[in-house]
Amino acid sequence: MGVGIEVTNLNAWYGSNHTLQDINLHIPANHATALIGPSGCGKSTFVRCLNRMHETNPIARVTGSVRIGDLDIYEDAKPVEIRRRVGMVFQRPNPFPTMSIYDNVASGLKLNGFRNRRVLDEIVEKSLKNSALWDEVKDDLKKKSGASLSGGQQQRLCIARALAVDPEVLLMDEPASALDPVSTSKIEDLIFQLKSQYTIVIVTHNMQQAARVAEKTGFFLNGRMVEFDSTHKIFTNPSDKRTEDYITGRFG
Amino acid sequence: MSETRIVPPQPKAGSLSSENERVVASPANVSAVRRYLSERGNSAAADRWFHYLMLLCALSIFGIVALIATELVIGSELSWHRLGFHFFFSSYLDPYTSMRLFWDPVNEHFSALPFVYGTLVSSFLALLIAVPLAVGVAVFLTEMCPGALRAPLAFMTELLAAIPSIIYGLWAVFVLVPLLRDYVNPLLIRAFGWTGLFESDNPTGLGFVAAAVILAIMILPIISSLTREVMMAVPHSQREAVLALGATRWEMIRMGVLRNARIGIVGAIILGLGRALGETMAVTMVIGNTPEIHRSLLSNGASMAAVIANEYAEATTDLHRSALTEIGLALFVVTILVNALARLLVWAVTRGAPQRAH
Repeated sequence: MGVGIEVTNLNAWYGSNHTLQDINLHIPANHATALIGPSGCGKSTFVRCLNRMHETNPIARVTGSVRIGDLDIYEDAKPVEIRRRVGMVFQRPNPFPTMSIYDNVASGLKLNGFRNRRVLDEIVEKSLKNSALWDEVKDDLKKKSGASLSGGQQQRLCIARALAVDPEVLLMDEPASALDPVSTSKIEDLIFQLKSQYTIVIVTHNMQQAARVAEKTGFFLNGRMVEFDSTHKIFTNPSDKRTEDYITGRFG
Repeated sequence: MSETRIVPPQPKAGSLSSENERVVASPANVSAVRRYLSERGNSAAADRWFHYLMLLCALSIFGIVALIATELVIGSELSWHRLGFHFFFSSYLDPYTSMRLFWDPVNEHFSALPFVYGTLVSSFLALLIAVPLAVGVAVFLTEMCPGALRAPLAFMTELLAAIPSIIYGLWAVFVLVPLLRDYVNPLLIRAFGWTGLFESDNPTGLGFVAAAVILAIMILPIISSLTREVMMAVPHSQREAVLALGATRWEMIRMGVLRNARIGIVGAIILGLGRALGETMAVTMVIGNTPEIHRSLLSNGASMAAVIANEYAEATTDLHRSALTEIGLALFVVTILVNALARLLVWAVTRGAPQRAH
């Protein structure tokens, strides 16, 4: 089961560039929340603050608080612990090319010293089924490398890899932007199924995608969150003029 | 090369090329610049000469390699016909002392075995010392080095490669060998003497261990800079993928970087091996130059390159010279193969590698 996320006064910088300014929002548990906005508006930075990936860049800095469930991730824990509980899927599929499909999925558990083969087998199968990849790869789990799959399959493999450690939150940073329409719709179906078990935050450039998969949508512009509401309201009757301009295609 | 002149000649009547005729035929109001440019001709002949000249430069590389190879083959023919494959395996019993001999130019007994053995042992021992150090340097430089330290450290590592090997040899003779003899070797004997690999029958401090240490220092820069290159070729997204699974920095380096770069790192190591196999001067100065095979790594030995350097000028018989040349040929072939393999592996990793940014 997923948990909710409470973000209070979040500010982030890259060097002297103030990329996120005073973000406050509540992301509900076991729902999909979409973040939309033009390139460079800070939405990717925002999700990277939710698993403390932002600070892997030496010039990056963050202030404010993020609570995931009952845990203040910047006060109560180290990045390593946070990232075990908050999975992430990146824009470009990044499976480990030197590992088999099986080892790709098991990598998160093996990293944490998990060695029980029987349980690993079960988890790998369950994760691949959850990411709708099992039927396509079950015959050569240990024969084929993660890099031998197609782009869309690789991205679902990355989702399986993130799901294998049973995270409470799944962050997706434009997970379908490098994929063709068929693969994209598979990923969207997947998000639809997964959101009953996980809290999903998805960054997307594609507004139809946000409308299709998410209950809540936030609109980011120039490092600020302009509007956060139910997806239906954002796309039919936004309260802010800038949101309306963006979703009607007047800029961005 | 009249085509390269700056000022075009005044066109002479009757000797005009077809281009110039066209210029003349063009309207009178054509600009001075256009007329100048069209009268320059096309320099086709100069360009063709330039092409041939550069081709010659490039072909000379093949020529040099081919010349070296033929010279070595011709020079070693006598030894090859007289001794055949036995040259690399045989040994001789001294009738007076009944000791095993390998290399006795006075009695025309020639066997390359102790030199092959010495080259291999000192080179692999050098790898054993240099590889962990070099990979450590590369990991530090690419993954954890603060910006201010990176350039100086990288520069110092490269600088090690630029020091002439005779300087390494001198330093080894005056500093390293006494150090080993007085402090390190006694420790090795006490700790590992029971293996038989470290025995105290050599009071000079010269020998395989000294050669291996100096070789390790010499191949460190090539291994670490190539390892750094292949590690930097690993896309940033791989590091992020591991980090996002909750990896520590070491786990990220192991799973996201070293694992992806391993083929290239093997290539870097083999390239270091190639350099160690052929290194002559520093090794000659510290290995002891005794054509014998002992189990102890502290004993004196000899290497293929060292015996050629030591004996070629003084070789009086044809067979002696030919035997030395054959050792040279063997070394030549082995180092070329080792280098080719290494380049292939490094190329396989860095080819088409995306930039570091994600």
